[in-house]
Amino acid sequence: MKLELRGITKRFGALTANDHIDLTIEPGEIHCLLGENGAGKSTLMNVLYGLYKAEEGDILLDDVVQHFAGPGDAMAAGIGMVHQHFMLIPVFTVAENVMLGHEQTNAAGVLDLGAAREKVREISERFGFHVDPDALVDDLPVGVQQRVEIIKALSRDAKVLVFDEPTAVLTPQETDELMVIMRQLKAAGTSIVFITHKLREVREVADRITVIRLGKVVGEASPTATNAELASLMVGRAVELTVHKDPATPGADAFVVSNLSVVDPHGQLVVNDVSFDVRAGEILAIAGVQGNGQTELTEAIMGLQQRVRGEITLDGKSIRGLSVKQVLAAGIGFVPEDRKEDGLVGEFTIAENLMLDRSDGPPFVKAGTLQLNYLKEFAEQKSKEFDVRSQGITTPVGRLSGGNQQKVVLARELSRELRLFMAAQPTRGIDVGSIEFVHKRIVATRDSGIPVIVVSTELDEVVALADRIAVMYRGTIVGIVPGDTPRDVLGLMMAGEVPDSVTSPPEGAAA
Amino acid sequence: MSQPTVPPVESGPPAASTPGSNDASVAEPRWHGVMREIVGGSAMISVLAVVLAMLAGGILIALTDDKVTAAAGYFFARPGDLIKAVWDSVSGAYTSLFQGAVYNFRRPGFIAGIKPLTETLTFATPLIAAGLGVGLAFRVGLFNIGGRGQMLIAAACAGWVSWSFELPYGLHLILAVAAGIIGGAVWGGIVGLLKARTGAHEVIVTIMLNFVALYLISFMLKTPGLLQAPGSNNPKTPAALPTAVFPDLLGPQFNLHWGFIFVIAATVYVWYLLNRSNLGFQFRAVGENPNAARVAGISVNKMYIYAMLLSGGLVGLAGVAQVLGTVTTGFSSGIDAGIGFDAITVALLGRSKPWGIFFAGILFGAFKAGGFAMQASEGIPIDIVVVIQSLIVLFIAAPPLVRAVFHLPKPSGVRLRRPRTQTAAVTK
Repeated sequence: MKLELRGITKRFGALTANDHIDLTIEPGEIHCLLGENGAGKSTLMNVLYGLYKAEEGDILLDDVVQHFAGPGDAMAAGIGMVHQHFMLIPVFTVAENVMLGHEQTNAAGVLDLGAAREKVREISERFGFHVDPDALVDDLPVGVQQRVEIIKALSRDAKVLVFDEPTAVLTPQETDELMVIMRQLKAAGTSIVFITHKLREVREVADRITVIRLGKVVGEASPTATNAELASLMVGRAVELTVHKDPATPGADAFVVSNLSVVDPHGQLVVNDVSFDVRAGEILAIAGVQGNGQTELTEAIMGLQQRVRGEITLDGKSIRGLSVKQVLAAGIGFVPEDRKEDGLVGEFTIAENLMLDRSDGPPFVKAGTLQLNYLKEFAEQKSKEFDVRSQGITTPVGRLSGGNQQKVVLARELSRELRLFMAAQPTRGIDVGSIEFVHKRIVATRDSGIPVIVVSTELDEVVALADRIAVMYRGTIVGIVPGDTPRDVLGLMMAGEVPDSVTSPPEGAAA
Repeated sequence: MSQPTVPPVESGPPAASTPGSNDASVAEPRWHGVMREIVGGSAMISVLAVVLAMLAGGILIALTDDKVTAAAGYFFARPGDLIKAVWDSVSGAYTSLFQGAVYNFRRPGFIAGIKPLTETLTFATPLIAAGLGVGLAFRVGLFNIGGRGQMLIAAACAGWVSWSFELPYGLHLILAVAAGIIGGAVWGGIVGLLKARTGAHEVIVTIMLNFVALYLISFMLKTPGLLQAPGSNNPKTPAALPTAVFPDLLGPQFNLHWGFIFVIAATVYVWYLLNRSNLGFQFRAVGENPNAARVAGISVNKMYIYAMLLSGGLVGLAGVAQVLGTVTTGFSSGIDAGIGFDAITVALLGRSKPWGIFFAGILFGAFKAGGFAMQASEGIPIDIVVVIQSLIVLFIAAPPLVRAVFHLPKPSGVRLRRPRTQTAAVTK
């Protein structure tokens, strides 16, 4: 089926998220929609899927104008969507999830699970998905859950499939498998819209590439374009993709974690006997697919987890069991992975957010009273130093772009006396320009002799920043390897395998 | 360990980076967001809500008026009669409301004419105090609907001090006021403590403590030696000693008492607390985003306890104003006069800002003072005033409705909620 978007314009108040976007997807092609976070890709697809109503423009399927009032209409017309966050019910089986919303019943009004099961089996076989219709979704790996989403779309005879950032939650291997699936679907005549901001994937699988920037189509590119060309199209200027850093000059062990285990509120053992150390002046990257215990590990270090066993020492002093306030006072700077939820108060101004974790004493508070003049001075200076682009320090932080929000968090954490700097997913969801800036600041922090931990699910980031890499899988550290370890080895480790080439690493191994 | 369960939370479509795209709470994200929207609406919404509610009230007044009904019977014969009847009815009602609440032109002399305004301020005194308490709790993300219980306990404490001791002028009053505020603070603090320690929801706990307080006080009022006036069989307390009563503010011809000055001071204090103190900073941080506050080293549980202590204390001041200012001749278990609940409306109308609450309290005081006059002079049931008050809340709670009626633009940006749990995350 041929899909055509003509002059789609979507506004949110003063913000134009999509500005007269034209897009044609030919039958049986994989069309990549490339753009930074916030460029308007997801908005465009939500318009296509009937979730938003466009102010202007038409959607045409096989040259017939469509009017979608909601996702139901879009589905009926043959558009399927695989969301970044899966829309599955974890306690249902695969078959139950697939029939959800389209339940067939037999004559007695009883759910016809058999038919759904048959459908799952049929689609699964056709594309070699290996999905058991009776498996509980909760028990399936993320990659397989994604296939269930694909089956769900295909079971409703989708002719156009939209993949919204599908690789964000996958291991490199699962990503490769997804690419194979996409090619198979294409061979079967399905048109695919593939939304991403990862350049490598684009070049691997796309037939055509459309680049969107600030809500507008800024150009088409062929899959043969180089990374640098695509990146500069995306950002609108030449970008440095690699981080310049000198070899590390590590000092003594500064931060040591030994035999750390964390049990989460649901009683699950989420961090299992983890040991590592970070030396002054080096960056230890903690790599791994999202949800393998990294979040809980950082929270345990910060004093945010209740049930923690093991030992955490900073410069020889134990910090386990301290309150968050005490941990911060001990000199740990922390950039949480979810900055909107955990790092910033959206309704607070930039200035207020800059003093968020120092609201207890000088210099921001004297005799219980906020020192607003000092805060203003401080905020203006830091906004400048960290290049926070806003209308002023009284702008609510929630109104800034992701990149600028992250700069506020960085400015706050890096303007204290630090003994350890820990950044979780420091560049998630921020624009390429800000990524450059954040990476430079992290390396500069290392160079000033502070031990740095970077937790990241992005292999590119890990490879760019790390002096050493610890790979986490299911709550344990699979291994700690040097920063120049090849990607395929890291990929295997992220899936829980320890390649032969990785023997017990020279230092910092599990004690 | 189970399968990876936390999806990466990325900034979504551009709209997600516009204002208000953060929703925040540990336990009740959706409810929290809705409450913030209600509490954080613009001043314009408050004003328009009042206007709309008055209009709707006017329609009700007209509908319930006998003359209007009679004139409607021969509408087609003489339509002018109906219009005149409606005009007379509504304008008469609101004129008497104004005369009862602000200035009565019919009375001779300025002193007599201005008396209604002082009555308004007298009614406003406890409303503002309790409104400040409820509003403060709102700012910390807590819904204190235990105003009734806190007021009753405060009234009992202040009252007991006011008749049990013989102390000099000044000292006695200060002790009685302090006792009341402490009583309210303790009753509120229990809620904060329970929430912090056990995670009990403050709405449930405050409601239940309302009953506990009500029946506790009722029991004490019937038990000689506790709160019951000696030598009486009525569930009523002794009168406060004159040394403990708020002095008249403007002389004996007016009912307005020094409680109003206390309330102004309380307003200034709450303003300072919220806008200039570090405790207020931490309060607001917890109220807006408890997760971020926790990660920033602010003890969310402590803030809940402090906030409920302060909230209860402020509501307690309302109870004090009742027993030491308005009803000084002994009180019964109805002393709270529904102020604990009206305070929620006042706090909402004042958008939880101290001075907003101050003026909202005066408006509601005017409704109370004027409502009596309206009933007396025009025979319009005072219930109409309650309806208007309720409609105000309704319109404030429904900003989209008010926006639609007045064709106001939507606040820029849409709110996309982004639940943190995995598979149920419907974000697009």
